[in-house]
Amino acid sequence: MRASILPLRAERLALIRDGQRLIDTVSFTLPQGGITTIIGPNGAGKSLTLRLCHGLIAPDEGMVTWARDAHLRHAMVFQQPVMLRRSVRANIAHALHALTHPAVKSRTDEALARFHLTPLAERPARLLSGGEKQKLAIARAWATEPEVLFLDEPTSQLDPAATREIEALIRTLSLEGLTLVMTTHDLGQARRLADRILFFNRGRLVEDADAASFFEQPETPQARAFIAGELL
Amino acid sequence: MDVTSAFVEAFSLITRLDPGFLAIVGLSLKVTLTAVVLAALIGLPLGAWLAMARFPGRSALVITINALMGLPPVVAGLIVFLLLSRSGPLGSWGLLFTPTAMVIAQTLLVLPIVVSLTRATLEELWAEYRDHLTSLGLTGLRAIPTLLWDGRFALATGLLAGFGRASAEVGAVLMVGGNIAHYTRTMTTTIALETSKGDLPLALGLGIVLMTLTLAINAAAYAASRVGARYAG
Repeated sequence: MRASILPLRAERLALIRDGQRLIDTVSFTLPQGGITTIIGPNGAGKSLTLRLCHGLIAPDEGMVTWARDAHLRHAMVFQQPVMLRRSVRANIAHALHALTHPAVKSRTDEALARFHLTPLAERPARLLSGGEKQKLAIARAWATEPEVLFLDEPTSQLDPAATREIEALIRTLSLEGLTLVMTTHDLGQARRLADRILFFNRGRLVEDADAASFFEQPETPQARAFIAGELL
Repeated sequence: MDVTSAFVEAFSLITRLDPGFLAIVGLSLKVTLTAVVLAALIGLPLGAWLAMARFPGRSALVITINALMGLPPVVAGLIVFLLLSRSGPLGSWGLLFTPTAMVIAQTLLVLPIVVSLTRATLEELWAEYRDHLTSLGLTGLRAIPTLLWDGRFALATGLLAGFGRASAEVGAVLMVGGNIAHYTRTMTTTIALETSKGDLPLALGLGIVLMTLTLAINAAAYAASRVGARYAG
C-alpha cells in the first residue's frame, strides 16, 4: 500500500483578483478520512478553495502542500459534470490514460460494475440524465484510485431522488476509506453528510469545527446567522 | 449541337467510361485529395495550437486566418505563380505548370478553412473540458489528442468543406497548372476551356460529375453531423 499523501496543509492561502481578496488568508489541515464540507453563503469562496486545493488554480499568496507527491492521487468532480463526447465506458477509460491498455479495460469494467453503470456502458455520456452524469463523473474519478475526492456542489443540479442516490454514494465512499471534501449550499445536506465543517464567509475561513458542534453551538454570529438562514 | 444532343453525348461519355474523360476526373481528384490531406496535416495541429495558445497578436492572427477563408482563388494562384515562376524564390524547383503546383495552390486555399474550423471547434471544446482535463493532468499539448478526437465530426465537416472549395475552384489551378492537356487539365479548367471552344458534351459531362461530387460531399458532411449527434451526444 502506498504511503498517504495526507495531511494536506493549506497555509495562508490568498487569491486576489482586481484588487479583491476572493480568498483571504485561509489556513487549515486536512487529515485522512471523513467528509469535510465547505459551506457558506454565495461568494464565500467555497469552490475557489476546492480548486486551490486540487491545483486547478494557483494561490497568489500562501501554499497548498501535501505530505508527499500527490500527482494524480486526488480527483475532482465538478458542479456541472464534464462529459466527453464519447460513451460512458470511454469516458471512464479516458481518465485512466496513465495505465496500460489491459489495466484500463479491467479498471473500467470494475468502475462500471461498482457504480451500476454497466447497462449504460455504450451510451453516449452526454445523453445521460443529470443524476446519471454525476454518477458517471464520480465513477470516473473513483476509477483513478484517488486518496482524496473533491466534490464541488455535487447535487446542486439534481432532483431529490438523484440527490439521495449521490448522497448515499458519497457516504459509502467515505466508509470505504476515501477522504472527501465537498462544497454545498444546502445546509440539510451538510447536516446529513458532514463529519467536519469549514464555514466560509467573504473569502475567509470563519469556523473550522466538527459538524455536530458547528450546528449545535456555532461560535460566531456569522455562522449563527447562516444556520438561521439570515446570511445568504 | 443543340443542348439535348449535348446532354446525350455527355451521359455517353460518363457511361462508356471514356479514358480521356476519366483521366481528367482522376487528376482532379488526385490533386484535390492531396491538397486536403496536406492541409489537414498542417491545419489540424496548427488550429489546435491556436485554440489553446495565448500570446500577443493572437486575435489579429485569428482574424487574418478567418479572412483568408475568403481568399480569391486567383489571388492564391497569383501567389503560388510568383513563388514558383522562374524569377521567383522557388523558381529553381521547376514546379510551375505541374500537378504539384496545383496541389500547392489548392492547399493554400483549403488551409485557412481547416485552421479556422479547427481553432473554433477546439476552442469551444477546451472551454468546456479545461477543468476536467487539467484535473487529469492533461494540459497543454497533452490535451490536444482528446480535443481532436472529440471534435472529429465537426472537423470532418470542415475537411469536406475544404474539399468542396478546392474541387470547385478554377482560377488557381488554371494559373499555376497551365491547363496542359493530359498533364494539368482538371475538371474545372476543362469545363472553362471546352465551353469557350463550343465542345459542350465534355463540359457538360464533367459538370455532371462535379455536381455529383458536390452532392456527395454535402451528403457526407450531413452524415458526419448526424453520426456525431448520435454517437457523441
